[in-house]
Amino acid sequence: MPPRITASAPSPFQKLLITRQPYRCLSCSIRLSQSQSESAPQPQNASSQPTTHFGFEEIPSSSKSSRVSSVFSSVASSYDTMNDLMSLGIHRLWKDHFVRSLNPGSKPLLPASSTSQEPRTEPWTMLDIAGGTGDIAFRLLAHASLLNNDHTSRVIVSDINPAMLSAGRTRAQQPQYAPYAPRLEWLEANAESLPPSIIKDNSIDLYTVAFGIRNFTSPLKALREAYRVLKPGGVFACLEFSKVENRVLDAVYKRWSFGAIPIIGQLVAGDRDSYQYLVESIERFPRQREWRDRISEAGFLVPGVDERGEGGWENLTGGVAAIHKGIKPLNGG
Amino acid sequence: MHRILIPPTPLSLRVAIARHARRFSVLNRPPPSYRGHVPLTLIERSALVVGSAVTSLFNPRRGDLIATLGETTATPYFIYRLRDAMLSSITGRRILRDRPRITSQTISLARLRTLPGNSVGRVYASWLDREGVSPDTRDQVRFIDDEECAYVMQRYRECHDFYHALTGLPVMVEGEVALKAFEFANTLLPMAGISLFAVTRLKPAERSRFWRTYLPWALTNGLRSKEIINVYWEEQLDRDVDDLRAELGIERPPDLRQTRKALKEQRKAAKEARERMGGLMSE
Repeated sequence: MPPRITASAPSPFQKLLITRQPYRCLSCSIRLSQSQSESAPQPQNASSQPTTHFGFEEIPSSSKSSRVSSVFSSVASSYDTMNDLMSLGIHRLWKDHFVRSLNPGSKPLLPASSTSQEPRTEPWTMLDIAGGTGDIAFRLLAHASLLNNDHTSRVIVSDINPAMLSAGRTRAQQPQYAPYAPRLEWLEANAESLPPSIIKDNSIDLYTVAFGIRNFTSPLKALREAYRVLKPGGVFACLEFSKVENRVLDAVYKRWSFGAIPIIGQLVAGDRDSYQYLVESIERFPRQREWRDRISEAGFLVPGVDERGEGGWENLTGGVAAIHKGIKPLNGG
Repeated sequence: MHRILIPPTPLSLRVAIARHARRFSVLNRPPPSYRGHVPLTLIERSALVVGSAVTSLFNPRRGDLIATLGETTATPYFIYRLRDAMLSSITGRRILRDRPRITSQTISLARLRTLPGNSVGRVYASWLDREGVSPDTRDQVRFIDDEECAYVMQRYRECHDFYHALTGLPVMVEGEVALKAFEFANTLLPMAGISLFAVTRLKPAERSRFWRTYLPWALTNGLRSKEIINVYWEEQLDRDVDDLRAELGIERPPDLRQTRKALKEQRKAAKEARERMGGLMSE
């Protein structure tokens, strides 16, 4: 007797319960994808919306910040652990070197103005952009306090993502960072348009952004904002992933980035896609020379450029990361 | 019992081999076969197998990694065998053609609760209510290259709650391990077998119950019954569940919740008796 499972066609009641999915058999799905690819170019021609890159994807510019935001909300809780795993702890060396080379809290030898003989003694006001979990901010204050005996300089930590800021605030309660907590201000803001009432023009001595600027919808807008808020003579400093010069190191680095990092993201943070986005965004960010040119076009003076136009950045670990600096000219450029 | 072990036409295997012959690397992945598909290299697949197995053993709440473990261990042979078992049955072929999905949108729990008491749909809905779970908690398949086999894996995953309802096993670790043993014997998916390592996390009493009762039940019933992947659940909802069990050749195991409850009450009564005795003796 034939088994009853092979019964009649589904009843209307059951048809209500079954929803047909777009793809069926392999040949149907091939036909479907071909018809989709034929119709795909049309929406792009029809819309005049500006697009930008999100990793290797092209998306409307208006949605980039919310998509980046959801990436960072997702990674916020495991951000520091993942940084250690992805860079094998080397990010700590990069950040230490970055802060040390900026020497925050140091007193300049020059007098404050031409009329007075006294050197400038007012504390630094530092702005750490995309500084969510506070890595750079804590280092800036520790350097100022311990090496320059400066206990009054302060840091405004700004991030567009509240989850990252709250992770940073939680860290600030740990015993090794608690002494710096009164000198930290946590500001939720978009670096492309900082609130002028809170961050006034020409008010910041040092503007730092570490591993954040490649995620901005428009890094150039952020450069212009940096120019607005910095005092004349103030320093713009950017630590960012960049292009590896050495080809063997580059081959290893790319395979690590695209192979190991999404897997680590999946196992540790439970989110493969966010880490895939992160490594793709590294690929999309301009090379050292191009980025130096953007900084210079925004009005900054870039130190270290020789007469042939070479240099103007510092490579770390063979170019895996790079430090770019710019100084806002004293006399309005 | 007629179980397919050797796939009749290894076209899918030939496709899989051809794909490997393209020598793709992490920097040169082939285009995805379906939305969300991530083609993995052998090294990545092995890393995910080890990583997800270890992490989910120590942190069983990472359901996403258990799902990943299932997908990465299903190839090269096992998911093709399961797909071919579906192709060998008329109902299996209809499922592969219709590609029904089980989510809270496609299965209306409100309608199921109105069905007669011992129907498959009613038992499923009351099981979901009793355990406090919903049909929406299943991850999408991402790491199986063949698109049809990805659907087979997704179907297996979505039907897991129906298997709970079919066997009556509860959602606690002990019940899940017993059900995984049954699924392993029936579907031959390695992930179900690897999940049996979770027996190390059971308490001694639970473990002895597993070895003594549930594992023998799972193996005999899983091997003897028809392929449960071929059940078109959406059509069986108003059917009597004992009828379906008889047709598939599955006998219900002892009700785990009742057994545990009875044992707990026994222990409680014995403890009270001891305390009373101790009280008497101290006078």
